[in-house]
Amino acid sequence: MALGLTPSQTIGPFYFGTLIKAYRCELAPAGVPGERVDVVLELHDAQGAVVPDGLFELWQANSHGRYNHPDDRRNLPLDSGFEGFGRASTWTDGCARFHTIKPGRVPWPEGGLQAPHINVSIFARGLLNRVATRLYFEGDPALGEDPVLKRIEAARRNTLIAKKETDGTWRLPIHLGGPKETVFFDI
Amino acid sequence: MTEKTYRRPTAGDHPPNLSPDYKSTPLRAPSQAAVVLPHSLSEITGPLLHGERLDANENDLTRQRMGEPLGERIIVHGRVLDEDGKAIPDALVEIWQCNAAGRYHHPGDQHDAPIDPNFYGGGRARADGEGHYRFVTIKPGAYPWKNHHNAWRPAHIHFSLFGPAFATRLITQMYFPNDPLLAFDPIYNSVPAGARERLQAAFDMATTQPEWALAYRFDIVLRGRNATPME
Ligand SMILES: [Fe+3]
Repeated sequence: MALGLTPSQTIGPFYFGTLIKAYRCELAPAGVPGERVDVVLELHDAQGAVVPDGLFELWQANSHGRYNHPDDRRNLPLDSGFEGFGRASTWTDGCARFHTIKPGRVPWPEGGLQAPHINVSIFARGLLNRVATRLYFEGDPALGEDPVLKRIEAARRNTLIAKKETDGTWRLPIHLGGPKETVFFDI
Repeated sequence: MTEKTYRRPTAGDHPPNLSPDYKSTPLRAPSQAAVVLPHSLSEITGPLLHGERLDANENDLTRQRMGEPLGERIIVHGRVLDEDGKAIPDALVEIWQCNAAGRYHHPGDQHDAPIDPNFYGGGRARADGEGHYRFVTIKPGAYPWKNHHNAWRPAHIHFSLFGPAFATRLITQMYFPNDPLLAFDPIYNSVPAGARERLQAAFDMATTQPEWALAYRFDIVLRGRNATPME
């Protein structure tokens, strides 16, 4: 007997008080192995205006490509101090900044490996469901063989690819709609 | 190797992102169809937050300040389950709500109703091994919002759950049974009929405590796993 799913509702504008207890902008404390990356996510509405009351959540593998989760049973190291979870609301400029490490490659069910990526959830007032996307890293040699990017029409792939700025920050603008609409996933 | 995928929601389970009666949706709802992703390790794993330390009284919103908040004390409890009715053990349940007067403890809330210095409105609980969680709080008030003329949100408590995977993440709202405002609320009614009723808690006389507090039961059902395919 299947039970009916609990339907989704918007996070609304007033979530800040509780959820801040699990905010994580610093995903990888000192000592966690891997290439250090500063990631800035920007959130825009369909007219390009910044969304100052959004919430981002990040989920990623460690530098060995291992998720800290019991269903990842591969014999790869888990790094102490690294859970792989990040969470922060956008600021008045529509941005949130995270400090983490670049994830390793994780396998694809039909074989091969995915390019390094961070899984991203987005919540906001006016969004009745969580929307999910991914952040990839520009210039990564594995991008061309990533099975998820291959499923997306070529012209829209760049909406998932963070670009490295001169100060070393990886920046990814996310557009909920409009001509630059980000690719979102039905997971 | 990644055989433990999650079932897809059916069309009537969740609200469409574009629900024009809720006036913030047209500018924030993606217009292109989401790209269907098979489940890899990225989707079937997710934060469990089992290491997150909860302080005493995080699940009792009436005891987080110097004194007792004003309002009707209530118990809100239930189970975190998957679609097969299996408990999701040790789930972190996060809630937030306004006070009895309908005002959030939040700088963005400008509703002309009093702030209660003894009510912050945020709580967290850890479900037990059978998925059972429990909060003590006060019944939130209705509050106006500017969506349309004379728009009032029915009393509700916001809930946030992770479940076992990135694919099971859910943020929702719990409503109270027989609230006359439900019929007029575009957020509640964005969910298709037949599913929206699941967002109403049930009045629970058996858990109601004499001389102390009414109880409401709200079970939360997250996506279940697909059957393991034959190898
Ligand atoms: Fe609310």
